[in-house]
Amino acid sequence: MATNVPAPRRRPFRWQRVATEAAQYLALTVAAAVILGPVYITVIYSLQPVEKIFSYPPQLYVTDPQWDSYKRAFETGSLGRYLINSFVVSLAITAGQVTTSVLAAYAFAFLRFPFRNLLFVVFLATLMVPWEVTIIPNYQTISTLGWLDSYQGLIVPFLATAFGTFLLRQAFLTVPRDLRDAAAMDGYGHIGFMLQVAVPLSRAAVGALAVFSFLMAWNQYLWPLLITNEDEHRTVQIGLKALVSANIDEFNLVMAGTVIAAAPILALLVLFQKQLIRGLTSGAIKG
Amino acid sequence: MRDAGLIGEASATSSLRVRTRRNARLREALFALVLLAPSIALFSTFAFYPLIKTFYLGFFRSDPFGLSASYVGFDQYIDVLGSDRFHRSLFTTGLFALFTVPTGLVLGLGLALLAHQKLRGMIIYRTIFSSTVATSVAVASVMWLTLLNPSIGIINYGLKETGFEPINWLGDPEWALPAVSLTTIWLNLGFTFIVILAGLQTIPEELHESAKVDGAGAVSRLFNVTLPMLSPTLLFSVVVLTINAFQSFGQIDLLTQGGPLDRTNVIVYSIYTEGFRNFNEGVAAAQGVALFFIVLTLTLIQFRFLERRGFYGN
Repeated sequence: MATNVPAPRRRPFRWQRVATEAAQYLALTVAAAVILGPVYITVIYSLQPVEKIFSYPPQLYVTDPQWDSYKRAFETGSLGRYLINSFVVSLAITAGQVTTSVLAAYAFAFLRFPFRNLLFVVFLATLMVPWEVTIIPNYQTISTLGWLDSYQGLIVPFLATAFGTFLLRQAFLTVPRDLRDAAAMDGYGHIGFMLQVAVPLSRAAVGALAVFSFLMAWNQYLWPLLITNEDEHRTVQIGLKALVSANIDEFNLVMAGTVIAAAPILALLVLFQKQLIRGLTSGAIKG
Repeated sequence: MRDAGLIGEASATSSLRVRTRRNARLREALFALVLLAPSIALFSTFAFYPLIKTFYLGFFRSDPFGLSASYVGFDQYIDVLGSDRFHRSLFTTGLFALFTVPTGLVLGLGLALLAHQKLRGMIIYRTIFSSTVATSVAVASVMWLTLLNPSIGIINYGLKETGFEPINWLGDPEWALPAVSLTTIWLNLGFTFIVILAGLQTIPEELHESAKVDGAGAVSRLFNVTLPMLSPTLLFSVVVLTINAFQSFGQIDLLTQGGPLDRTNVIVYSIYTEGFRNFNEGVAAAQGVALFFIVLTLTLIQFRFLERRGFYGN
């Protein structure tokens, strides 16, 4: 607070402040309503019978919610199966990315070996290879391995991440070197130091990476579309596409499916907002 | 150089004999190799090898049935990259970036400025503004498929109520790309908001205070303090949003399948159709190579800038 400013200029009348705040809340609420509008319509349609959705003018509130469409989305649309697949694939990718990143980042941050800097640049170079560019050879590889329509095919190509290695290396570099020396005195080897000192001290970065990896894995579209043809291994994103193509006029069913596909990840956002924001801002490098 | 390592494990043992030290170094290097092996194996298999293979596939022309391919050297690259069809696809992608990036940036900035205030309940607004970051491209596309529907869509209802002609959003060649862009802007808004708000929070409060003391009004402070200080963040967002635009696929696949009249046939969708529908692997690969160089250029701009500013480095 500057003290050389006349008090009346710094403190407007009370009603003026109230008016400013009211205007701010109004603007915030309008913006929130516009952003949530599509979500609101989706939920409303999912709870209405089809005839009501087709009525004109549309009814934008629910009087008699029809939960039946959710039940049908699970039954006719195999959404339960798709959800399980998405969870299995996303959790495996998350665990794998955290593991490979911890190992690689540890080497880059704590070990000395020839060509370390060069190798780090090579890692970062993978960020410049968009997945969309390499889909044809990658499809061929997965096909040769016999991994089409399999969990391996959905998981293995994504188990390493330069972004994660970069993020964790930065975090490891902030671990005081005294700690390493002290740990060495106490007889800790590298593995012990990694798991009991470096990773716990970097848990914020590890958390950010885990949430970010899960989000990216859950929301993948192109790759699962290419390599899954049967319900058995389809993820929920591709399942949603299948639900839309098969029931294009049953908007309540399609909207219920959309809510089901979106709900787990929105819950993740609410629970882990801080980690997610950290992950996104520290390296939306890949975008 | 070698002795200036970050964690001087070797220095602790420096009093020991040279041979032991050399052994320790060798062990350390081998251990590093073990730690790096999983990542190196995966990157080689799923990034570097397929990248080289993509360049290679571009040299082979598939026969019309996609059964065999013959070596044609650079002919196919020249044919594909010089074709009208590819130029139209590139133009569509550029137009898509033009429709989505500036609008998305301005809206994201507006939301971030609104949310960058100390008001009670702000956490709720921030969560809402961030929410589309967690929305997948499939979920967003299906939502907007319904909103844009010509008969039941709420957008056409709004148009009719306010005296405008209803629009066949996804079926009209003139409107399909704007409609896909609208979906994309909404989808990206959460990300842009988060990044710009984080940028706003790094601007020191004192700058605003001293500008206030100098008698600068809110608008003047926005243009003379906030925006200049925010320019690295804004540039970063522009590059990421542009790269995103060039990599977009899901919303096209769900909303328009590249149509009508190829008006939404962006580059990745074109690669997908050539490679997986027409089985023209060579053509798809040549387009992939072009996409690689476009994204490479954009990424290098971004790295150059990240290096200079040291932004988001922690």
